[in-house]
Amino acid sequence: MSKKNHKAAEELYRTSCQKHYNKLEVEALIVSYQDLVGGSKMDRSLFREILHRKFNMTDDILMDRVFKAFDKDSDSIISMSEWVEGLSIFLRGTVEEKTDYAFNVYDLNGDGYISREEMFQMLKSCLIKQPTEEDPDEGIKDLVEMALKKMDYDRDNRLSRADFKKAIEEDDLLLEAFGPCLPEEKCACAFEAKHFGHNRMG
Amino acid sequence: MGAALARAAQWTSVPGSGKGKLELSPMNEKLLNDIIQFVEGFSGKHPEEGKLVFKEALSWESSLTSSAFTSGYDIGATEVTSQEKDESGTALSELSGGILKIRNLEQASNVLKLAKEKRIIETRMCLEANRDPLVKILGPAFATVDSEDSTIIRMVEKSKTDESRESALQLNLYLMFQQFDKRLLDSSMQEISKQVRLNPAAINAEVQLLKSFSGDGGNTPLKEIDFTSKDTFSNECRALPWRQVHGDICYILVKPHDGDRFCVTASTYGCYVNGGFEEETQQVKFDKCSEVYKDLVTLLREKSSKFSENIAKREFSIQEDISREFEKEATITSDQSAENEKEEDAPSEKQQKTLKDGGKKGKAGKDKKRTMQPSLKWKSLEESRKTEKITEQKRKKSQPTTNQIAPRRPSYFNRKTPLEDEDMSESSDESDEEEEIQDRRQDAGSDLPSEYWQIQKLVKYLKGGNQTATIIALCSMRDFNLTQETCQLAIRDVGGLEVLINLLDTDENKCKIGSLKILKEISRNIQIRRAIADLGGLQTMVRILQSHNKELKCLAAETIANVAKFRRARRTVRQHGGIKKLVALLDCQDTSSDTSKDVQVARSGALALWSCSKSTKNKHAIRKAGAIPMLAKLLKCSYEEMLIPVVGTLQECASEPNYRLSIRTEGMIEDLVQNLGSKNSELQMHCAAAIFKCAEDKETRDLVRQYGGLDPLVALLPQSDNKELLAAATGAIWKCAISPQNVERFQQLKAIEQLVSLLNDQPEEVLVNVVGALGECAQEPANRLVIRKAGGIPSLVHLLTGTNQALLVNVTKAVGACATEPDNMAIIDKLDGVRLLWSLLKNQNPEVQASAAWAVCPCIENAKDAGEMVRSFVGGLELIVSLLKSNDLEVLASVCAAIANIAKDEENLAVITDHGVVPMLAKLATTTNDKLRRHLAEAIARCCTWGNNRVSFGREGAVAPLVGYLKSNDPQVHRSTAQALYQLSRDPDNCITMHENGVVKMLLNMVGSSDNALQEAAAGCIGNIRRLALANEKARYT
Repeated sequence: MSKKNHKAAEELYRTSCQKHYNKLEVEALIVSYQDLVGGSKMDRSLFREILHRKFNMTDDILMDRVFKAFDKDSDSIISMSEWVEGLSIFLRGTVEEKTDYAFNVYDLNGDGYISREEMFQMLKSCLIKQPTEEDPDEGIKDLVEMALKKMDYDRDNRLSRADFKKAIEEDDLLLEAFGPCLPEEKCACAFEAKHFGHNRMG
Repeated sequence: MGAALARAAQWTSVPGSGKGKLELSPMNEKLLNDIIQFVEGFSGKHPEEGKLVFKEALSWESSLTSSAFTSGYDIGATEVTSQEKDESGTALSELSGGILKIRNLEQASNVLKLAKEKRIIETRMCLEANRDPLVKILGPAFATVDSEDSTIIRMVEKSKTDESRESALQLNLYLMFQQFDKRLLDSSMQEISKQVRLNPAAINAEVQLLKSFSGDGGNTPLKEIDFTSKDTFSNECRALPWRQVHGDICYILVKPHDGDRFCVTASTYGCYVNGGFEEETQQVKFDKCSEVYKDLVTLLREKSSKFSENIAKREFSIQEDISREFEKEATITSDQSAENEKEEDAPSEKQQKTLKDGGKKGKAGKDKKRTMQPSLKWKSLEESRKTEKITEQKRKKSQPTTNQIAPRRPSYFNRKTPLEDEDMSESSDESDEEEEIQDRRQDAGSDLPSEYWQIQKLVKYLKGGNQTATIIALCSMRDFNLTQETCQLAIRDVGGLEVLINLLDTDENKCKIGSLKILKEISRNIQIRRAIADLGGLQTMVRILQSHNKELKCLAAETIANVAKFRRARRTVRQHGGIKKLVALLDCQDTSSDTSKDVQVARSGALALWSCSKSTKNKHAIRKAGAIPMLAKLLKCSYEEMLIPVVGTLQECASEPNYRLSIRTEGMIEDLVQNLGSKNSELQMHCAAAIFKCAEDKETRDLVRQYGGLDPLVALLPQSDNKELLAAATGAIWKCAISPQNVERFQQLKAIEQLVSLLNDQPEEVLVNVVGALGECAQEPANRLVIRKAGGIPSLVHLLTGTNQALLVNVTKAVGACATEPDNMAIIDKLDGVRLLWSLLKNQNPEVQASAAWAVCPCIENAKDAGEMVRSFVGGLELIVSLLKSNDLEVLASVCAAIANIAKDEENLAVITDHGVVPMLAKLATTTNDKLRRHLAEAIARCCTWGNNRVSFGREGAVAPLVGYLKSNDPQVHRSTAQALYQLSRDPDNCITMHENGVVKMLLNMVGSSDNALQEAAAGCIGNIRRLALANEKARYT
């Protein structure tokens, strides 16, 4: 491991007040970043490819949103620090952090609410279309209504951050209610095993 | 009267569609008569209101002519006007051109009086012309409305402000009408409920029956009978929907032997001949062409003399009975049809819908029989449910016998399942059949609840959605009240269980968790459990137990805990290696915090093991998997939620001796004792139950005392509200009281008094243990006194009349123990307790017989005038002698002991000798059981004192085996045998036999015994033998 990396890790570790990683692990993540980037920059397409390859994500809309969530400064490039911070939540975040993150992902237009339309957008490919049905979107609309009924506590026909948090406190299964935005346990373990040589399971 | 007219009166055509005609049915007639009476009497009773002028005249086409009118009317050629006029000068009644108009009630009553016998017709005409007379009388504001009526309130308001005479009168009149209306409705209600109403099922059955009897032969009642149409609607009617509104059920074509074919309309109010049926157009002419008969058979009897002739013949007597039954059925459903009738008036939305459907399909397929129901599945369910119910009933009937055979196990201890109060017996391999056959289905007849459709929709999304849709659907499903049977069964019936179980086989942990959360809830339902097991859910859940995800493990184990409540499920868990995996869950390093995931996993594992531990084989498997040390470790924690399943498992398994040993050697008794002091009564109960079972072993009893467990057990006695706890605690006390040291402690704790106070008003489970404990305590002489002083003896004697076998065994033991005290005996005797004990000798259960016989012994010993008492039991002596034929050693021993006591009385001895006691005792002599030997020898010794019984014993070959008894190791046997031999040795032949069997040497040893009685008897016997020898010698030398 190069000295430069070591320094960078130290720097990052200090500045970002890492909770979930120790210094060595941050270093390992930096190495992983460099491996993945391979000299160029981590742009949207590269990031999407990583999500797809390493974390089995397939949903275009959500992958874009995950990219946005990682890309804190909105420069369409994931920097090294963004990578490390993003992965920190992505892989080891607490329920609260993940809730926040997931809300950001699902709030497609970033207005602080997940609206009916956004839900529809995200859920539209999740039912097998039955050609016989009169209205192919009926099922999706139904799902949206169900999600609203379940999570919209203040009954304003959209999910606020508070609604979303409350719903997840009630039932943590709803964390990925509108599509996969977090890695599966299996993938997360594999990723950590690969880069750290161990994972949180020990 | 508006409401009565609208609802109760029978109109010929659909109401509300203009002018209808009132039918001439008996009910309408009654209605009209009531109205006439009301109107006629009205002006007499309420002259003022009677004069109130109507807002609008009631007018109708009258059949009255001017000639009918007499004084008080101005009679013209075509016109008649009343002389009474209102304020504006209009005549209050007038007849012109056949139209009669009246303007107040007084006039109405006058008109009715004039009409005389035509008044019914007049009233009918009037009402037909004025469907809502109140509107005309009081104004349109008073129209009869079906919904809530606030007219009266408005009236009162108005009369407050407007104090005119007229409005007060109006109000009065209105109220009177209202009252009258109510009365009419009431009376027509009675009328309706009296009427027999037909229903489609009855008609169908009747026609089918007649059909099966009809044919061309001369003896048949009819040539042909059939429905006009083969199609039925979902309500089983065959009539077209728009005719159903009129009550029509179906149309039947009848060809009698004597006459032409005709067509009958069967309707809810009866059967009548209609205008006929045209084959070509398939049209029925609906007109009524005959009177209405109450059922088809009555109609046919009227119409065809041949029918009534043939039907009267014997062959068809059965048929008549059946049709009578139909009538009954029809009456039962009269309520329902009354409801239907209501719907006839205003067809509900639903009905209209079915009508529409029905109409469509009715045209579609004429020759195929169609039932138009939403789901055929429900119908078949109904049927299977019926058969299930029958088998269930049958099985239930056969159950009581099994209950009686194995009565020893107090069933309270079998109720230990978590969150459930199912009854299961100890090693319940045999016992949960009852649970297995229960399968209540929802009433298929009732409407499907809305949840059903919603759940069906969710299941659709579960099937056809990706992970995200699945999760939303799963979360929504959990919003239903899953503890409610409707929802549970709905999930099953729409195929949701299959999907939920399939989800467990996927890779998605979230889906698995969501699915298990639902399965865990709904598996509280017996039927769901069985369905889950049938669908192979247990195998999958057992696999999940190995998952890395702790939440998943927890949920799977908890669901298994719910499902494994019946035998087959428990077996499946075992056969798929589930026990080992469940035991592995118990491995929890840190039990200090309640919330850690590991603790939760261990707890759920314990819960599942608890359920599984009800099968004997599982108990072994659990032990083999090394669960005992782990349970011992978990027992040390202080977390109640954990302790309950752990102790539950332990007490369940404690039915096995090796578990009892392990529980003691692993040091768990201390923890069990400690948890007796818990605040949680369920935990206390399981601890007490575990001690109850474990205290069969002496060492355990001692340990319980050493750890101070007796005090908390006694402290539980005042908990008389919680019967399960009480039963467990008294059970533990009972078993602990087997050790005398424990009894001492109980004495100090005044437990005996408390136990005595529990002898009344307790369930049998408690009584068995209380009495058992008293029986043990009473082995200590001082306690017998305590029991008497506490007033326990009458209660105990009273319990002798019970039927619970386990209880009887304990009661007889306790009574027997008490009877060893003469003072107690006096009380028992006074209460006729000996007779009760004696009659228990007749009990089927050998345990009860033996216990009763043992109890009889001290009674005879201590009762005053015992001989007389025994003789007074008619057939008692014969009974006890006959028990010597028993195969049960304990019974034989006890009966021998009783006979030994009975034989003390010479007269009784003579009686039992007559009953052949000697050969029966002699037959038993070859036994090797020391207990029996002892009491048998005693009995023989006592019986020798009568007549030539000694000689008989010798002849029956009892002497030689008796000599063999002296080789036994039991000194008690020696004593009684020596006594018997001493008695027998008075007969020279017996002496020879004894001598031949080498008795002298053995007896010589016994002479040196420290037991005086033995010494004496042995010496006496030797003396007798010696004397015989001397006499022999003397004889030889002289």
